[in-house]
Amino acid sequence: MYARPIARSIAPVTPTEELTIELNGRPHAVVAGTTLADLVARTLPNARAFAVEVNRRVVPRRELAERRVAPGDSIEIVTLVGGG
Amino acid sequence: MTTTSTHPFPLPPLRIAGFELKSRLVTGTGKYRDYETMQRALDASGCDVVTVAVRRERLVDAAGRSLLDFLDLERYTILPNTAGCFSADDAVRVARLGREILDSVDNPGKGWVKLEVLGDRKTLLPDPVGTLEACRELVKDGFTVLCYSSDDPIMAVRLRDAGAASVMPAGSPIGSGRGVANPANIQLILELLKVASSGGEPSYPVIVDAGVGTPSDITLAMELGADGVLLNTGIAHAQDPVRMAHAMRLALESGYHGLRSGRIGRKLHASASSPWEGSIASVVIPGE
Repeated sequence: MYARPIARSIAPVTPTEELTIELNGRPHAVVAGTTLADLVARTLPNARAFAVEVNRRVVPRRELAERRVAPGDSIEIVTLVGGG
Repeated sequence: MTTTSTHPFPLPPLRIAGFELKSRLVTGTGKYRDYETMQRALDASGCDVVTVAVRRERLVDAAGRSLLDFLDLERYTILPNTAGCFSADDAVRVARLGREILDSVDNPGKGWVKLEVLGDRKTLLPDPVGTLEACRELVKDGFTVLCYSSDDPIMAVRLRDAGAASVMPAGSPIGSGRGVANPANIQLILELLKVASSGGEPSYPVIVDAGVGTPSDITLAMELGADGVLLNTGIAHAQDPVRMAHAMRLALESGYHGLRSGRIGRKLHASASSPWEGSIASVVIPGE
């Protein structure tokens, strides 16, 4: 009868644990362990020319696959648009 | 007898630090009614450098059409701007993001930036203090900085001294269509930055940026001695943007060659183009 809560208390952290970041100015929930490359792939499947900034610093393209998002990160994904 | 112009006066390219611009007309990519019109207007303008802005990706509408689907990155060198920034910090961030984007598509534009730090939303006039601060920071970071400024001659000197590869004074406020509002100030800037006896360097590039409404505005800027002109709205919001782009291109060439052809002086009295001698007119000429 009481097995379930006990089992839950000793269960390892599940991969579905969520954390909240700010993405392009809005709160956004992601699965713990998400990398910046994952984030780009999921939110912008057609992104071609883009850049990623975390907490006001550019993250170079080659580091996107290694860098995991942390709770509270402020992330901007930007592209080029028409301008003068 | 008919003759065909062989066009013996091609415009030499404009050099800005390590960049070479075949066309001295730099064209914006904003405000067009659609991307196809933009594409044709850019082609008609003859430009090889186009400005773009850096903005958040739209997280919805990922299938929407993108500017980059309509810009041939092999043909155009992209000049990313820092439009919309009202602080030096934000302008520096945007410049770095622009560099990262252009690096990812391997466009030569990754090496430079059109720096603008604005002071006020209504006038879009540059904030001189923020502009100078951001210019210093970006130069330190290795950028070739093309610096949008007001038409203040002393500010232009300060930006040049801070390492700007080109100072780009506004003819008049962005998108205002008022042309070169203060030609004397542009002249002073050109003197201070380009005339050796005034502390300038003849090859230092000065580009008039913003305010162009009609081709004669460009001609005037070039006749004053500007090295080039940057515009967007004057073409994009014309009723026929493609034809206007063509007209702007011709206007730039006219001004460039006009300045170098030694114009006649302004005189109060007329000077007849046809000889008096041999005239059969019998009346007494008034004023003789």
